Amino acid sequence: MLLKRLSEAFGPSGCEGDVRNVLLEELSPHVSEWRRDALGNLIAVKPHAKSPRVMLAAHMDECGLMVSSFDRSGLLRFRKVGGLDDRVLISKHVVIGPKKINGIIGAKAIHLQKPEERSQVIPLSGLYIDIGAKSKEDAEKLVKIGDYAVFATEFKPLSETVVSGKSFDNRAGCAILAEILKEDFAVDLFGAFTVQEEIGLRGAGVAAYGIDPDLAIVLEGTTCHDLPPSKEHGYCTTLGGGPAITVMDASVICDKGMIAELLRLAKEHNIPIQFKRSITGGSDGGRINQSREGVPVVVISVPCRYIHSPVSMLSLCDFNHTLHLVRLFLNSIAEGGFTI
Amino acid sequence: MKELIKKVVETYGPAGNEGRIRELIQKEIAPFVDEMRVDALGNLIALKRGNGSKKLMLAAHMDEIGVMVTHIDKHGFLRFYPVGGLSPLTMLGNRVVFENGTIGVIGAEKLEAQKDLTLNKLFIDIGANSKEEAAAKVGLGDVAAMAREFADLGPRLIAKAMDDRIACAILIEALRAVKQPAYDIYAVFTTQEEVGLRGARVAAYGITPDLGIAVDVTRTGDTPESATMDVSLGKGPTVKIRDSSLICTPAVRKFMEGVAAQNGIQYQLEVLEAGGTDAGAIQLTKGGIPAGVMSIPCRYIHTASEMVDYEDVLNGVKLLTHIMETEFMG
Repeated sequence: MLLKRLSEAFGPSGCEGDVRNVLLEELSPHVSEWRRDALGNLIAVKPHAKSPRVMLAAHMDECGLMVSSFDRSGLLRFRKVGGLDDRVLISKHVVIGPKKINGIIGAKAIHLQKPEERSQVIPLSGLYIDIGAKSKEDAEKLVKIGDYAVFATEFKPLSETVVSGKSFDNRAGCAILAEILKEDFAVDLFGAFTVQEEIGLRGAGVAAYGIDPDLAIVLEGTTCHDLPPSKEHGYCTTLGGGPAITVMDASVICDKGMIAELLRLAKEHNIPIQFKRSITGGSDGGRINQSREGVPVVVISVPCRYIHSPVSMLSLCDFNHTLHLVRLFLNSIAEGGFTI
Repeated sequence: MKELIKKVVETYGPAGNEGRIRELIQKEIAPFVDEMRVDALGNLIALKRGNGSKKLMLAAHMDEIGVMVTHIDKHGFLRFYPVGGLSPLTMLGNRVVFENGTIGVIGAEKLEAQKDLTLNKLFIDIGANSKEEAAAKVGLGDVAAMAREFADLGPRLIAKAMDDRIACAILIEALRAVKQPAYDIYAVFTTQEEVGLRGARVAAYGITPDLGIAVDVTRTGDTPESATMDVSLGKGPTVKIRDSSLICTPAVRKFMEGVAAQNGIQYQLEVLEAGGTDAGAIQLTKGGIPAGVMSIPCRYIHTASEMVDYEDVLNGVKLLTHIMETEFMG
């Protein structure tokens, strides 16, 4: 399953090579023209005359850690790459660097903690990665300063429709974009797998500048918050509620015409659909929207619970509905049913 | 000019929903400009040809602050997010209006203390009795603007959306008044300023002007116990020195001051601590564009009752018209 491969691939911001390789391998039978730009964005080109230039974008990078120094004892100190929650780091398995060294984010056992320590979150400065090394020299043979680490989380089905794994934000979007690229549409299609979204939407801006699209669709795995004790009006998206359409987030106001067309298609084809209700956080859509003379953008997301943590969860129904909605939208553009 | 001001301030047009105000401005300026186009972000870009070889971009943003519906509960109450910078203090009890004319009032949940008043405690009541009744009038993602009529106090004017429709009115009047433009003038009525200077950024990219000047409002320090700010109502439009989005290009600032002095137009210098303008986005376009700002002093910005001085507005029209007729030697 492609989602499993992508979820388990190693790809923190700035180090997306493994994800790129999975995608190239998976898509080489279906895509003949590829571009790779200076920031590492991977762009699949499927040209078609007499169609608007359509950019589909999904970011490949995930939140991770970076080794910043060694203790004499051989423990590794680290910094965060992207918006991880300090509280979810302790006692997690990670894999580090090109050699994929196994490590554990350690902390003092509860018996040894003072009462006041038990009531506090251990700050990043009190955490370290333990790779079982005996000394600094021992550790340096396996890991270098600047090496990245990501959570070592296996993809698992939880039920017939719900799966768990790391980094569904945004490997879910990558998987949908990959499935789209396996098919043929009568549109001038640019499938951009972007880099460095989690640290400031950095890849998407330069990708959009290079592509110069007429319109863009951003595919995301987004925050799903539908749990107690939040009241319903505080929910962000609902698991199983269908693809989530962003009207506005911190970085972009999505194109009203494109949203209206998505709603029309969803209704016509009985696809459940929801609006993303939280406006906090930005997306690649912001940078694409502001590219050159401006690009109309819409963001479509698969709701994912527990993102930016070692494990996230999504509904395959939402995933498939999102894929189908994108497919319908591209066909609508191809048939001239939707124009800017 | 007051009639024009009344029309432009009362028209609906929150960020991302500038269609109506754009149509109004299109009609108003059609007799005075040579070309008009609307770009992908909804900016209205009008060209008035002049004698010079240089391009002057003037930007006044059409969008106003608003509220976006995020949830409709089973009793028909609407929850919302702010579109642009809104304070819960100024929202309670205010009326808002949707593009289709639906009116609502902002109410609040029970509060333990007044300081607990936050935007997520507020809701909009459109007089619906159920979710279905509400949904028949308003959908998720719909945006409402402040509902408030224009008030003419004689020397002073109060309205919602003075920020930045007063600048739209000034730009319209200056396009009407200008006799011999020294540039090809690109009058841009921009979109989405309130959410991040977004329209101006892409418009400037397309135009690549030699000089960019934004017209906006600025806050004042002339009300009881206000924060320090050396700008007052009635002392003329300002020539901006800096805000959070830019340090105005010194040559542009001097040029604007020179034009004001030569023509005997009263003006003030403006140092704004917080807040940005379209000029910030214009200045950073491509290889960099010389940029400046003329502001109209305005009290109670981002409330339903923003106040400006009519003389400042008329002087703003004069200054902008003379800027259009004077070549910037940079």
